[in-house]
Amino acid sequence: MSMPPTSSKGRIVLVHLYPREMSIYGDLGNTRCLAARIRRHGYDVEVHDHHPGMPFPQDAHLLMGGGGQDSGQSRVEDDLAVIGDRLRGLAADGTPMVMICGMYQMFGHAFITSDGVELPGLGILDVTTRGQSTRMIGGIVLDTPWGEVVGFENHSGATMLGSGQAPFGTVRVGHGNNGQDHTEGARTHNVIGSYLHGPILPANPAVADALIAAAAERATGRPFEPEQVDDALADEARTRQITRLRARGTGKLKDTAVH
Amino acid sequence: MLRTSAAIIAGKTLRYAARLRGGGSALPGLVAERVDPQILARTLASVPGGIVVVTGTNGKTTTTKMLAAIIAAHGKHVFTNPTGSNFTRGVLSAMLGEIGLGGRLQADVAVLELDEWHALQFAKLVTPTHALLLNVARDQLDRFAEIDTTAKLLATLAGQTSQVVVLNRDDSFVFRIAEGLSGKEIRYFGVDPEIADQVPALNEADVRFEDAATPPPPTTDDGLLHPVDTRDFAIRFGPAEQVGPLALRQRGLAAMVNATAATTMARAVLGADFRTDLTEAALRTVTAPFGRGEVIDVDGHPLELVLVKNPAGFTVALSTYGAEPVATMIAINDDYADGQDVSWLYDVSFASLREHGVAMTSGVRAYDMALRLDYDEVLVEQIEPDLAGALDGFLAAYRGQPTRIFCTYTAMMALRKLLAARFGLAGFAQEGE
Ligand SMILES: [Zn+2]
Repeated sequence: MSMPPTSSKGRIVLVHLYPREMSIYGDLGNTRCLAARIRRHGYDVEVHDHHPGMPFPQDAHLLMGGGGQDSGQSRVEDDLAVIGDRLRGLAADGTPMVMICGMYQMFGHAFITSDGVELPGLGILDVTTRGQSTRMIGGIVLDTPWGEVVGFENHSGATMLGSGQAPFGTVRVGHGNNGQDHTEGARTHNVIGSYLHGPILPANPAVADALIAAAAERATGRPFEPEQVDDALADEARTRQITRLRARGTGKLKDTAVH
Repeated sequence: MLRTSAAIIAGKTLRYAARLRGGGSALPGLVAERVDPQILARTLASVPGGIVVVTGTNGKTTTTKMLAAIIAAHGKHVFTNPTGSNFTRGVLSAMLGEIGLGGRLQADVAVLELDEWHALQFAKLVTPTHALLLNVARDQLDRFAEIDTTAKLLATLAGQTSQVVVLNRDDSFVFRIAEGLSGKEIRYFGVDPEIADQVPALNEADVRFEDAATPPPPTTDDGLLHPVDTRDFAIRFGPAEQVGPLALRQRGLAAMVNATAATTMARAVLGADFRTDLTEAALRTVTAPFGRGEVIDVDGHPLELVLVKNPAGFTVALSTYGAEPVATMIAINDDYADGQDVSWLYDVSFASLREHGVAMTSGVRAYDMALRLDYDEVLVEQIEPDLAGALDGFLAAYRGQPTRIFCTYTAMMALRKLLAARFGLAGFAQEGE
């Protein structure tokens, strides 16, 4: 790890959406990773935990949201309705965001439950998710604009992209959005939605730095001024896992009803 | 009856064969179960003093061992599944060794450790008289999918229990189960309010409800853990009855909580026969079960093997051992039995290791572990995915010093095998010896 320079290049506000309700499966690791890397690049970071019912912070340069359970999801729905306009405005304005699993689904148009009930989402990403009984679980490898990305997917929702919607990546090993069309996640402006746990950012620092670069520009009005960060551990962890998963081949859909 | 005998003979034969191979403990039970699925129900129906099921995410094996020891110390013959193979089949396997061909189990009380899902399958065949529900935590999420689902499994089990349900009053996933129960006695175990600040480290946050629920005030049937210092503690039932103070062989707050749970349940099972002196004596002698803080003698110096399975467990392990830092190795595999998604490592804080660093990370995910530690600013001296190479390197570098290895399940199995070979520990490679 490299030591950050002594004088700060600026202050970046990182907002973690619903860390209590929507942060299982280690998604907190994304926040830890972003905060640490922001510091290592020589910027100050302020991590703001946003809980349901709290006022949304005035400054928000970078947003992170994770996966949750049904109970967690229903707890945040009301709050998302309150801050929805703000989130849509920030997204349209280029604010970088990474939304994983449950929050990815809620950033889409709608979630349609297995009995046909349609739950509206924020509509920031042009995706629609249908609940289904089989879970898509396992290691996953993608090709993305930031190179190969590795993670672990664990979702029962099958997500379809709208006609003009760009995916986050192309599935090389694993299931992705729906197990059918080889797409994974979605990307609009600087908003990334993805099913990848692992968590995604520590092992894929190129994605983390792309988000940080956009956040730094928004926070300071200047281009991102990165430091040399030693990513040998992340690179080794990522390439080893990619090699293993590629050797195992494309995963088949597993029936994962409990046992 | 004929069918039961055939099943027992088939199971016994396989059990013998499996023993000769030194193999797993669940297979013979599987065979018997195929032959006669009602065998469990019929055989356990003859146990007069109660069928006690112990379940929950963390501490099942330790608590079951303690509970069986306490009841046995009161002169009862206890049937239990000591191998830690906490499936219905494991129960059958254990049973086959203890019954005659007539199908009679020579036992006064059955104390069974079952995981949440199998506890429910078990209850479909046999009605438990007593259920001890320890906690609900995230564990191998790829298997149970949701922590809320686990809470529901436990609630269903409690509903199917005929006499007494003992609940953890510090885990809201568990104590809330009382709301839906009727027609049975409910008792609680928990920690004394004076150490309540340490409880969040043991239990998951329950975000299912708006209101902050609280359990009812403790009665004289509810056991409360009262720690004296880091080793000694007492269990209090109201102001007049106390077990201890005493020290366990196993260290840490989690083991004390397990002892409190076991004692509260033993008291419910034994009723008027319960005696504090016999309970104290039993708790003092219970050794750490497989992988729970075992100490191995390496050339006269202790090597501790600590099994880590989930965020709550790893966090508790780090706080238990943090007071006595020694050279540390962490071995992480990602097979099915370890949990295939290593995301959970990011829900553990490793800050307590920062001062002394970590000597070695190993296992299939050695680099992911080192990366995780790097994000907590913990220095890692060496990374060696190969467990044999890592173990030898680690022990050579810290020869003559106490050492500690935190490891996931399959990493632990491999390390035990290696240690058994290196240090001539007979039987150490096998589980349940
Ligand atoms: Zn997920």
